[in-house]
Amino acid sequence: MLDRADGQNFTGNVRLVHAVGMHARPAVKLTKLAKKFQAQISVRVAGAPEWINAKSVAKIMAMRAAHGSTIEIKASGSDAEAAVAALVDLVASDFPDGAG
Amino acid sequence: MQGGAAGSAYRGRTASIGFAHGPLVRVDAGAGGERVAGTLVEEALALRKAIDLASGQIADLAATAGGEAAQILEFQVALLEDEDLIEMIFASIGEGRPADVAWRSTLDEQIAAYNSAEDEYLQARSSDLADLRDRVVHILRGDQGEPLKIPSGGVVCADDLPPSRFLEIDWSGGGGLALLHGSPTSHVAMLARARGIPMVVQLGAIPDAGATALLDGEGATLELDPSAEQVRIFEKRRESHRKSRASARAILRRPTASWRGEHIKLLINIQRVDDLEHADAQYADGIGLMRTEFLLAGQGALPDEETQFQAYDAVLRWAGQRPVTIRTFDAGGDKPVPGFTFDGEANPFLGVRGLRLCLARPEVFAVQLRALARAAVHGNLKVMFPMVTQADELEAGRKLFADVVQRLQADGIAAMLPELGIMVEVPAAALAVSSFKAAFFSIGSNDLAQYVLACDRSNGALAPLMDPLHPAVLELIARTAEHGRRAGISVSLCGDMAGDPRCLPALLNCGLRELSVNASALAQIKQTIDRLSSGGSVG
Repeated sequence: MLDRADGQNFTGNVRLVHAVGMHARPAVKLTKLAKKFQAQISVRVAGAPEWINAKSVAKIMAMRAAHGSTIEIKASGSDAEAAVAALVDLVASDFPDGAG
Repeated sequence: MQGGAAGSAYRGRTASIGFAHGPLVRVDAGAGGERVAGTLVEEALALRKAIDLASGQIADLAATAGGEAAQILEFQVALLEDEDLIEMIFASIGEGRPADVAWRSTLDEQIAAYNSAEDEYLQARSSDLADLRDRVVHILRGDQGEPLKIPSGGVVCADDLPPSRFLEIDWSGGGGLALLHGSPTSHVAMLARARGIPMVVQLGAIPDAGATALLDGEGATLELDPSAEQVRIFEKRRESHRKSRASARAILRRPTASWRGEHIKLLINIQRVDDLEHADAQYADGIGLMRTEFLLAGQGALPDEETQFQAYDAVLRWAGQRPVTIRTFDAGGDKPVPGFTFDGEANPFLGVRGLRLCLARPEVFAVQLRALARAAVHGNLKVMFPMVTQADELEAGRKLFADVVQRLQADGIAAMLPELGIMVEVPAAALAVSSFKAAFFSIGSNDLAQYVLACDRSNGALAPLMDPLHPAVLELIARTAEHGRRAGISVSLCGDMAGDPRCLPALLNCGLRELSVNASALAQIKQTIDRLSSGGSVG
């Protein structure tokens, strides 16, 4: 899901379908993909108090998002819209090989 | 027994037989080397350089390892490229800490956080972080400036070597391994034997100097900067070893080995399907032990039924009519598997391992049993359970297996229940062997000796006590063999003892008539039995 927010900010949310949750391989793919964008990208497990830098694999792992949880994504910057769309797509398609 | 110098010759203990003559390559020279810290700027630069170097090394390793291993290593590379994480460390250097201290303490915090996770999969990632931590610390201390580049035929000399480092080395050009400490029963020794790389352990202290080395895995000696005369004698020994191997190979082609008129079945142990490519494998009477832990080596996910079936089926096809004994997952102990084994056991060798673990994880076990049941219709399959203490455990495993077979058949899938046996490695099982309704027994002498002698087999300091020929160990082997003989149940032995010529007379005298060894030891064992049979000595 992709929502337009104010100005250059975009947000989206997506359910984590990966069987073991946000573990090493998915986390590596997510951060690799995030780093392809200029935008500042943050993620959190829906409702969590803190937003986490989507480009930090250590922090993504520490987020401990479980299977079935909803991940919120927000981005700001010139390519923010594309970034949110790409990350939502990556998570929704269960981190396919070759992605990220 | 510690090694000692005689001129420039050092004696240790044999871990893997063979000969290597080549340049001496030191690894991990100054293991405890303290760094002298520089200015803030110098420390920051040192860390940046170390991170870049580590990143390159891991990328190279991933490129050669490929597949699953590469994906695991990618996580380490991603950590090194994590600016948030690296910034924390630079901030710590900015506060005046030396680079190695800052790096280590930040990584240690991360490792502690992973270890405290409730999720076992996350806990298991702490070993990736520890590996990364040590790699960068080593680089910072100058223990390891360059990726391991071992010249062809080089003799690698180290204090000890973790299996991962062994795998980093390209052994295709030969070479050998000389360890100052280490143990012949370590994981790395098993790897060396499986690959036919000569290895000597417990050489004690040897000087830092030395450019050329002669490593004799048979005599357990290392000679540094040898004279022309020493080289001549070494090459003569190597040649006579080669000839005796060649004549042993000729013996291989003869029919079954026999001793005092009785046939001795010689089977092989395999760790993975590729081990069947060993030139001598074809001469085996069957496969006495196929380990299945290699299927668990990919840390991302446990192997699915089809992947397992393909592996088991390939081995059964290779064997034709010959028996193939496949051991169910023997994880735990010194073989932790992320997402499968239990973490945080105070004493994993006495913990939830082997069949205990499989029964505790029936959802994982059922997948393996399904694959085995399907493969069973394609050959002479026997399945054995490791680390069994009580008859009830065998029966619980049998029940799960029978249920799996029934469900497969109900779905119209060809499947059958193979013969079920157990490893005899827990002393209680050896003492109460008649209580098991097993179709066969296979003595796992490594663990049996470790448990009977109360010696951790990976602890080199206990090597003098770790004697598989101790009368207590032989007594349990003899009891098991005797029970088999009376009850008409086959008993084999698949531990390191079977591949050690010095142990053969004792094993045969205990009543064993089936031995399972690495393919690389097959010729020598057959030849030794031949010699013993004709009244000769072991050597």
